[in-house]
Amino acid sequence: MKEELEKRVVKGPDGVEFEVDPLRDYYCQSAPTVMPPAYIKIVEELFNWARAESIWILGFGTGCGAIEMRPLMTPRFDAYRYGIQWRPTPRQANLFVISGYLSVKTLKRAIRSYEQMQNPKYVVGLGSCTINGGMYWDSYNTIKRLDDYLPVDLYITGCMPRPEALLAGFQELKRLIRAGQAEGANRYAEQFEWYKANQKRVIHDWDMPDYNW
Amino acid sequence: MDFDWIRIPYALLTLFIVFNYGLLLNALIAKIAARVGRRHGIPIWQNYIDLIKNYGLRSSITHGAMYYLGPVFRLSGGVGLLLFVPTIHGSLMFANLSFAGDLILALYFVFFGTLGMALGAGESGHPHAAIGISRGLSQVTAAELPFALAVFSVALQYQTLSVSEIVAAQQGGMLNWTLFTNPFAVAAAMLSFLGSMMRPPFDVVIAPQEIPIGPPTEYHSSYLALMQTNRAIFPIAKVVVYMNLFFGGATSWPLFCVKVFLIYMVSVLVGVVFPRFRVEQSVRWFLVWALPLGVVAILLV
Ligand code: SF4
Repeated sequence: MKEELEKRVVKGPDGVEFEVDPLRDYYCQSAPTVMPPAYIKIVEELFNWARAESIWILGFGTGCGAIEMRPLMTPRFDAYRYGIQWRPTPRQANLFVISGYLSVKTLKRAIRSYEQMQNPKYVVGLGSCTINGGMYWDSYNTIKRLDDYLPVDLYITGCMPRPEALLAGFQELKRLIRAGQAEGANRYAEQFEWYKANQKRVIHDWDMPDYNW
Repeated sequence: MDFDWIRIPYALLTLFIVFNYGLLLNALIAKIAARVGRRHGIPIWQNYIDLIKNYGLRSSITHGAMYYLGPVFRLSGGVGLLLFVPTIHGSLMFANLSFAGDLILALYFVFFGTLGMALGAGESGHPHAAIGISRGLSQVTAAELPFALAVFSVALQYQTLSVSEIVAAQQGGMLNWTLFTNPFAVAAAMLSFLGSMMRPPFDVVIAPQEIPIGPPTEYHSSYLALMQTNRAIFPIAKVVVYMNLFFGGATSWPLFCVKVFLIYMVSVLVGVVFPRFRVEQSVRWFLVWALPLGVVAILLV
């Protein structure tokens, strides 16, 4: 545990002393809840359509595959015309593209970012590293199956996949969302214990709250 | 004072028209900017979809009351600005709730949203939000000075504080526009306009790359959707003020659309050509270039 996360006694400017427990006081500890589709069918279908046509990707690249996302913003591939945009903050993003191998250190950040995204949210695994470890299958420091740690909606195979493959993958994701099958956030909430146990098994210096909002 | 109640639904109708026009115009401008970069750009109805999606997100978290009120303040800034200036000159239906002295109120509303946003985003506690706000407030303040001077100059010129009377004084041919009768005021105001539209070279506040989008970093779901609504209304409302003060107002909706588009395009054209200023550069730029013009405008009247 890092020093700044330990319990300590702080003296306020007015001389009153009080105890601070950063993990408890600075974070909300409540676990995620399952949020089923709340509206009648037709409204929910409208929303699903809107969610599919307006996919905001979290700008977070993990492995070599991150380099294949950049061309999507350029004139040659221009993903914007499919309603796909990049957002710099997890709060506003809906889609988390895990772009390749995830070292354990990055996994920690990926989990925190994922948990800060708002329901409904989707995860796409890019490249063979996210499926079975790919060419890092015997590495001591990367995870092998992304699905054990975060609920993946869709894999895009290849090492590394071309931008066209990504575009095709996004179209497939849109189909899933429209059909109401991309419920990764709820799966995460339902299986929360299982995911947490898996995550804690590989992350040894676990110095964050169990759920970051 | 007797009040025509029918003005309220009329004002709401204006709001509705402007809201839709704003959404489409924003998308169109994003498309133009994309074409400059030789991209295809977003579909023209993309903003509607984004809006529906953000209202349709299932979860949202709050950081406290001010956080909650931030987008509300911002939206009321935009709506207020729109409602208290006449949109279409000479039409009772779209004169909105304008009254004598509304010029001062309009000035106030221009700043109102920024302040509300500052309070709200400050409570979100995100360091990027704090950086964005300090940048935003200093830049908007600097940009506001020449505009205020220009407005006072125009008010002196026409001896009134009512936007409708200013518009009325400019009717009858292009040469009656403030643009030609008081060019220095218009120049100062247009420079300040560049600064307040949050487009390059003055978009360091929301700095899409280095500090993830500044003040709204922590905003999401319906909060963000409220702010997007405001994004559609506020620029148009501001352009309407400019149009009324400097470019002779509009007497019909088609004319309104054309004029608003052209005035908006000024900032877009500048935006796609020039790279971004840092805050201290832009503050200096406003003080060196725009402010003297404003002072000259006041002195000449
Ligand atoms: S799948 Fe291949 S390209 Fe992608 S991260 Fe793994 S090794 Fe790199």
